[in-house]
Amino acid sequence: MAKNDLQGTLDLLVLKTLAQMGRLHGYGIVQHIQRVSDELLRVEEGSLYPALHRMEQSGWIGSEWALTETGRKAKYYRLTATGRRRLDEAERDFEELVKGVRAVLRYA
Amino acid sequence: MGRWARIRNLGRQKAVDAEIDAELRAHLSMAVDDMVRQGMSEDEARRAARLKFGNPVALREKTISADAALGFDSVWRDVKFALRQLRKSPGFAATSVAVLALGIGACTAIFSAVNPILFEPLPYPHANRILTIWNTWEGSRSRLAFGNWHELTERNHSFEALAAYEPWQPVLVDGARPERLNGQSVSASYLRVLGVEPWLGRDFLPAEDRYQGPKVVILSYRLWMRRFGGDRGLVGRGVTLDGDRYTAIGVMPRGFENVLSPQTDIWTPLDYNTQALAADFEGSVWGNHLYMVGRVRAGVSREAAAHELETIAANPIPQYRRPQWAAMRHGLIVDALQSDITREVRPALLAVAGAVILVLLMAGVNVTNLQLARGAQRRGEFAMRVTLGAGRMRVVRQLITESLLLAGLGGAVGVGVATAGVRALVALSPAGLPRLDAIRFSGEAFFFALALTTLVGVAAGLAPALDAARGELRTNAQKTTARATSGQGWMRRTLVVTEMALALVLLAGAGLLLRSMQRLLAVDPGFDPSRLLTIQINTSGHEFDDTAAAPDAGSRARKQFFEQALDAVRRVPGVRAAGLTTNLPLTDDAVIYGTYGATFEGDLPQGGTDVFRYVVSPGYCETMRIPLRAGRFLGEQDRADAPPAVLISESLAKSKFPGQSALGKRLHVGPTNRPWFTVVGVVGDVKQNSLAVDEPNAVYLTEAQSWFADDTMSLVVRTRDDAAALVTAVEYAVWSVNKDQALVRVATMDDLLAAGAATRRFVLILFEAFALVALLLAATGIYGVLSGSVAERTREIGVRAALGASRGNILRLVLRQGMVLALAGAGLGLGGAVASSAALGSLLFGVSRLDPVTYLSVIALLLCVAGAACAIPAARAVAVDPVEALRAE
Repeated sequence: MAKNDLQGTLDLLVLKTLAQMGRLHGYGIVQHIQRVSDELLRVEEGSLYPALHRMEQSGWIGSEWALTETGRKAKYYRLTATGRRRLDEAERDFEELVKGVRAVLRYA
Repeated sequence: MGRWARIRNLGRQKAVDAEIDAELRAHLSMAVDDMVRQGMSEDEARRAARLKFGNPVALREKTISADAALGFDSVWRDVKFALRQLRKSPGFAATSVAVLALGIGACTAIFSAVNPILFEPLPYPHANRILTIWNTWEGSRSRLAFGNWHELTERNHSFEALAAYEPWQPVLVDGARPERLNGQSVSASYLRVLGVEPWLGRDFLPAEDRYQGPKVVILSYRLWMRRFGGDRGLVGRGVTLDGDRYTAIGVMPRGFENVLSPQTDIWTPLDYNTQALAADFEGSVWGNHLYMVGRVRAGVSREAAAHELETIAANPIPQYRRPQWAAMRHGLIVDALQSDITREVRPALLAVAGAVILVLLMAGVNVTNLQLARGAQRRGEFAMRVTLGAGRMRVVRQLITESLLLAGLGGAVGVGVATAGVRALVALSPAGLPRLDAIRFSGEAFFFALALTTLVGVAAGLAPALDAARGELRTNAQKTTARATSGQGWMRRTLVVTEMALALVLLAGAGLLLRSMQRLLAVDPGFDPSRLLTIQINTSGHEFDDTAAAPDAGSRARKQFFEQALDAVRRVPGVRAAGLTTNLPLTDDAVIYGTYGATFEGDLPQGGTDVFRYVVSPGYCETMRIPLRAGRFLGEQDRADAPPAVLISESLAKSKFPGQSALGKRLHVGPTNRPWFTVVGVVGDVKQNSLAVDEPNAVYLTEAQSWFADDTMSLVVRTRDDAAALVTAVEYAVWSVNKDQALVRVATMDDLLAAGAATRRFVLILFEAFALVALLLAATGIYGVLSGSVAERTREIGVRAALGASRGNILRLVLRQGMVLALAGAGLGLGGAVASSAALGSLLFGVSRLDPVTYLSVIALLLCVAGAACAIPAARAVAVDPVEALRAE
């Protein structure tokens, strides 16, 4: 069965964002998800940072400090090889989740 | 970053914290930058960003906990924080630690002693299969004859082995001063019954276990080390005991515990003549001298084995003739070995164990109370922390850390208390306590007590935190702490009542024991115990042997030695008077020939009365100051060739000859084939075995007129000054007559009196200590509740004072509150004390377990202490300044 909790979904969003954008800091990830989802998804900072740190601990993402375009120091995250494999799994899980949920909703 | 990174992060927690701070600050700044770019003012942008961002502290905590040091580091942080919290309230911390340490320590110490004695299996293989077997005499245990052992051994099928043994006290003479050893004469099966083998050498062979068999001995490890320097070559060589050469054939293992006779250092086979069983009923084979112990076969139940012995005892068969006094007519008493050896101390130990459990309960209640009080005071703090974003689990974890820290400190101090306690127990222990060597600090008891008090403490400490965390009390953050405490007031008051009740139970127990002790020591022993030195003289050597050639020479030599020794002692400066006796009152000396049947002229042949037979020197009764009621004392004129004369005790005279004089009456003591003894005097009763027991029937006769020469007599010396100061001089006086005779138990009569009350004193001291602790705990408890309540009600008291309540009114208000608790506790405790006093049963003497004086005094004591504890908060309440109190909120 698919692993389909909400935390899994946040992980998926973050991993996908990093896959699409290369390296990005936390604020950038929030902005990106908000923009790309047409403001439908809004990631809480309260969930994001713990998630980022957890994923870093698990070795899915790496980090380094660098300067932003505006010259501020920020912590940039990027996907690791493990993270890429994890992303594939998470996407498959999510597809199954959606299929499953849809099937339940369509049942009449 | 994986597991290693996490571990690496442990070492650099500060850096990680800083990094997270920086990251979150960067996030905020970027958000502000963006909003400023969209046209907000910087201030507005900063506010909006913070709002969106949520609680930065909580976020930081959450992020950190997702991070590295999740495990150890935050625990360490909690511990540091807890230490800070405890340091902030040193009174609370010190009290808690002290209470925990006392409860845990006392409980551990007592159970360290009680466990090995009462509950742990004895140190033998399948120890539960070992039974002791006794004859029944007037409902209680008595020893058996060699003939009984012989018959039971041959007829039973349930036992692997049945062993018989009796005390044997040979004198070892090898150069140094003669030493009497504690030994056992045993049947060859003795060590097999226990399931133990010698460590060096071998066990006795059945062939050695016979009449006039080879003289062989097995030594204890102790004796082997002490007297023979652990020389392995000793096995096979000879040792001289009582003037005979014995061959040492073995040494017992170092750790061997001989629970049936712990002091035993040497074993030798019994020396009874099986051939004499049918022929000679008057011989030693039919004297009731022997103890019996057996090992039941595997697969046979103890009940079945006991039942088989009973059946044999009840059904004599012709091959095994029994004399009437060894006919086992009243059945046998068969008991498990452990229950047998502990039967005398069991009530005392159980009472002490019960008392210490009460102390542990009180410690638990006290810690609960302390935690509740503190929790209530800190409710505001918890609410504040929850409001500031601390998770519920976070607060709970912090509290558990604090409780565990307290328990840890309490436990650490408790280990010290327990170790000291175990040592004190061993030092205090009465002489009869079995398995003294097995008493040591018990880890199980310690962890049990620690776990119990910790659980109680944690549970009590958590209640207010859970309330706070539930959120309903968030508003409490704004309230003063004092107002919030009233919710738990009822609970704390219940606990105080419980404490009072428990304290009263312990106090009543201690009171009853104290009164028993006073009553016991007030008992008149029947003689004057002051300035009385006693020494047991154990004669041994071949010069005292009666031989076929000179049938009476040995006995004469023995009697002569005692006479000369007594004369020598009487000449010692500082000696007022001296005498000799076979039975010394108030000792637990095993006097084999101590009691006899006395048959008066005119009694039916079987109508004898059991009496103590005191063989004494002239002057014994005068030395002891046993009062003469009628007739005369025994004197020098009562020589071997004079008419046999005896003194009898007052009670014996009264029961045998009510309403008339006993003087001139005639009786036999022991053998009936000898001339009558004539009663020449009546003397006062004497307590022989114990102050607590009345066994007043006694007959006194002189050594010269006794029908055999006792080998062991006790010297009693009345001195002018301190009795103990004359020990050396008296010993040398005896040795000046014969230097090879062992002087055994040297003690003043005061020492013997104290030793006789030792078990009671042991229990009493422990009860007094526990009761004192209980009283202190109860006083702190009531003080705590009352001062908390006064602090809480400062405003109310202020209002009352402002409205015109006098100082007396306020004093009464507070005192009444406290004394209601104390009275309720005392009432409850009274019920408990009456119920539990039954457990003291056999420890009480001369006082009813419902003794009203005791109960009234302990209630008065408890109320006085409670009153004193209430007085301090009451004084504080009286001192409340109404203006201050009203302005305060």
